[in-house]
Amino acid sequence: MHQIDCPWCGTRDEAEFQYQGDATVTRPKPDASEKAFFDYVYIRDNPKGWHTEWWHHVGGCRQWVKVVRNTFTHDIHTTGGPHDKLSKPRKGAR
Amino acid sequence: MSNQQNRLASGGAINRSNPVNFSFDGKIYSGFEGDTLASALLANNVALMGRSFKYHRPRGCLTAGSEEPTALVEMRTGARREPNTRATMVELYDGLEASSQNRFPSLKYDVQSVNQLLGRFLTAGFYYKTFMWPASFWEPVYEKFIRKSAGLGRAATEADPDSYEHSHDHCDVMVVGAGPAGLAAALSAGKTGARVILVEEQPFLGGNLCLERDEIDGMPAAEWVEQSAAKLAKMDNVKVMQRTVLFGYYDHNVMAALERVSDHVAVPAEHQPRQRMWTIRAKEVVVACGSQERPVVFDNNDMPGIMLSTAVRRYVDRFAATPGKKIAICTNNDDAYQTAALLQDKGIDVVVVCDVRTKASAAAKAAVKNGIKVELGIIPAKANGWHRVSSLSLQRLDGSSYGSVECDCVAVSGGHSPDVHLVSQTLSLPVWNDAIQGFVPGKPTRPERSVGASSGSFALADGLLEGHRGGHEAAKAAGRKVGKLSAEPKTKRIPFGSIESVWRCPGDGKAFVDFQNDVTAKDIQLAEQEGYSSVEHTKRYTTLGMATDQGKTSNINGLAILAAARGLSIPEVGTTRFRPPYSPVAIGAFAGHERGMTFQPIRRTAMHRCHEKLGAVFVEAGQWLRPQYYPLPGEDIMEAIWRESAQVRKTAGICDVSTLGKIEIFGDDAGEFLNRLYINGWKMLAPGKARYGLMLREDGYVFDDGTTSRLADDHFFMTTTTANAARVLAHMEHASQVLWPELDVHFCSATEQWCGVAVAGPNSRKILQAAFGKSFDFADENVPFMAAREFDWNGATARVFRISFSGEMAFEVNVAWRHGEAMWDVICKAGEKRGLIPYGTEALGVMRIEKGHVAGNELDGRTTAADMGLGSMMSSKKHFIGLPMARREGMTASDRPKLVGIKLTQKSGRLRGGAHIIESLDNTFTDASLGWISSVGDSPAIGTWIGLGYMKGGMENEGKKMYAHYPLRKESVEVEICSPHFFDPKGERHHG
Repeated sequence: MHQIDCPWCGTRDEAEFQYQGDATVTRPKPDASEKAFFDYVYIRDNPKGWHTEWWHHVGGCRQWVKVVRNTFTHDIHTTGGPHDKLSKPRKGAR
Repeated sequence: MSNQQNRLASGGAINRSNPVNFSFDGKIYSGFEGDTLASALLANNVALMGRSFKYHRPRGCLTAGSEEPTALVEMRTGARREPNTRATMVELYDGLEASSQNRFPSLKYDVQSVNQLLGRFLTAGFYYKTFMWPASFWEPVYEKFIRKSAGLGRAATEADPDSYEHSHDHCDVMVVGAGPAGLAAALSAGKTGARVILVEEQPFLGGNLCLERDEIDGMPAAEWVEQSAAKLAKMDNVKVMQRTVLFGYYDHNVMAALERVSDHVAVPAEHQPRQRMWTIRAKEVVVACGSQERPVVFDNNDMPGIMLSTAVRRYVDRFAATPGKKIAICTNNDDAYQTAALLQDKGIDVVVVCDVRTKASAAAKAAVKNGIKVELGIIPAKANGWHRVSSLSLQRLDGSSYGSVECDCVAVSGGHSPDVHLVSQTLSLPVWNDAIQGFVPGKPTRPERSVGASSGSFALADGLLEGHRGGHEAAKAAGRKVGKLSAEPKTKRIPFGSIESVWRCPGDGKAFVDFQNDVTAKDIQLAEQEGYSSVEHTKRYTTLGMATDQGKTSNINGLAILAAARGLSIPEVGTTRFRPPYSPVAIGAFAGHERGMTFQPIRRTAMHRCHEKLGAVFVEAGQWLRPQYYPLPGEDIMEAIWRESAQVRKTAGICDVSTLGKIEIFGDDAGEFLNRLYINGWKMLAPGKARYGLMLREDGYVFDDGTTSRLADDHFFMTTTTANAARVLAHMEHASQVLWPELDVHFCSATEQWCGVAVAGPNSRKILQAAFGKSFDFADENVPFMAAREFDWNGATARVFRISFSGEMAFEVNVAWRHGEAMWDVICKAGEKRGLIPYGTEALGVMRIEKGHVAGNELDGRTTAADMGLGSMMSSKKHFIGLPMARREGMTASDRPKLVGIKLTQKSGRLRGGAHIIESLDNTFTDASLGWISSVGDSPAIGTWIGLGYMKGGMENEGKKMYAHYPLRKESVEVEICSPHFFDPKGERHHG
């Protein structure tokens, strides 16, 4: 059971959020190639370690929150708004 | 009633002034308050408590606690019957009813114990080897056999009459386990003012302290425990939770614990749950779970009367019940000498202490001095007896015989394993410690520390010191201001001594490693020979360490035997990872109040009571309850649906459409925003107009549809399907917050702010005019087809949309939620003489199928706009979500299944959703399937069953005769493929 620091609401329980997947992919420009859109829709890394993810605060402010989380230890390094540039720690957890 | 012949005359922590009666397998016994079922049975000289899982061998209790693998009983009767309950954990109460499991017809004479003779065939992996050929036997023969022999006890077949609760808590310091180390930790952490929670699985504090022989701070252990408990009770910042097992250690230091609130009474007190599940967040954790003693692996080591040395000690010390009158002890370490000394104190005959070690330890010398017979370098060879041990054959380390001793109980100690279960749940890898021959907790990955026996420090003095320090440090780490550490509780320092393991005492009989799953030393060796030599493979192939005890007593012995077979050391073989739950947890406790009618919230529309008054039958639509149909007296469902859909087309009907998702959208860029969400254009839609819209997912498939209206230049009102309301909102939030934050658009859900009715049929206009009177002019000129208007209805805002799902002239009227009943009533009153009837979702479904309108069944996440015949809606002048992927080759291929109408041509039978469309009855297998039926209805307008579906070639099949095949019911009916627009194909009726 994670505790996630929502930039708008403060630290809240995981139960208020809905996981929405990889936040490292960016939607291509409308005139981009089919391949670019295909990669955007389907191609994902599956990292063991630090990852940047979307957690939608559906039971709170309904903002999409960016979360830097370790997929192995489940530690959370930092959180931010959709357009914040978030850094990942160099090494593993703690 | 028997006389408790094995009850000692004095001592123990039982309440002798409160005798209680209980029954086991129908026979009445008596015990005392404070007993467990196991201790009371032993006091009554009952050693046989169950039959084993695979071989149905007679079994007693191996332990006196939570790790018990074999003394599993069925508790209570009727709806409260609970299987696989550990007799060692069941607290005795008056009237307790328990019975043994896994035996027929009785515990003493069990038919399936013949399995022992078949042991040769029931070795490791026998399921995989035995039940393979022939394939035709899988279902009719093997499955029945496996189902019959699988599992242990029988679950209740009636609904559980008791309730289970979920609760939450937070603390600075969580102390797990209230043995000496845990008590010391809770005391020192509590003194700092930190919020402390101490959880203890047992109903008593003190763990494995020997109440009579151990001494702390100059007083007997029993007194020290009592004083410590009193001190903790005085601290407002400390909460002590007994009968509570911490079974899971999860992310972010969240712990799950199960409190057995009412398991120790026959029936929960009024308003009390049976059990309570706790979710506790702790800043710091002190793990003081203690250790688990290991059995010794020798032939027939599973016989009733053979149990762990610490268990014998607890039965005698705490429960004043001796498991035997002549007790032999087999050990490889000093701890068992404490058992010998206690038994001697109590005047119980210790026939021999066999010590693996060839050199006498200080403890061995002291025992000899006290007149106890000690044999060095001697190990057990084989237990003998029938239903209970009667003698023990001994051997030297080289396997040569050393005679035998008569005994009715054997206390065994193969060493102690720190309880690393919880810590290993945190991904911390346990580390092998050769000095204690066991795994100790590895480097912490969370804010936790292990103290005392669970860190491998078995000496009481060390446990008290570590606990005392650990509690203090944890409080400090949790951010508490702590003073100087006070002096720790003192006890005489007795070093734990050395240990020498013989993992498998020589022998060629059945020597059990995992008592619960009947895994023998030979099974493990066989698994290794057959290639299942990785520890995780061995576990799954032999079932070593599985089931309710999670291998607590078998883990290290199993690893050691596997390591020996592979010629490796134990740390080289490694250990399997322990997973939650630490102890078995009833499914009811996980469910808590989320069962039956409180499983999830029920959403009712504003007009729910109106529907109830009309006798509606409700259907669940997600969490919503919607009227499915309104039967007249004597009418069945099919008749009601037929009548409702016919009547709407003839006169008029009213339908509650409040459950549709509704979203208010504002902003200068609202039109542009909709343009990017929907496949069709929105910027040119004039205020006061509604439009049908279709949106795709980013992968190009259809996501949702609905009508959206423009109420002002910068104000749209969107509707979504009932099922997708939440998903569409989240999708829009992603689009506006993540994809296009530059757009000036704001929106929020208004599903529960506006309630709505659809009034459809030739008389709908007249009825609404009569209902709303001068408030609004419903004339065609004022509200033409696809118009959206707002008007004032006696001070309340009403919205009217001239849209039609049924194909009839129809209006949807929305008012604020609180006015829903008033609106329903006023329309129904106006409709009384104009043939207005209420209709439900079924009739609505029939009418939309007659019109070929797609709905949820057609929007199944695998269809494109073109598949639905709506390809021409896709705008070529703009970009929208899903466009690039919808253009892919496979998404536009001509052979994709496309929407068609299906009509039953034969006089009898019916259509069914999910049926396959096939060309001939010669081949009814899936390779012959040309498509499927998605929606069906018995149509009054067409006079037979009709349906919508998807079929290769789509409308190219028009007029062809096909079969609808439904394998689940082995039904096939003849159908004709036709246009999905069955009724009023030119769409003239909705103009009125």
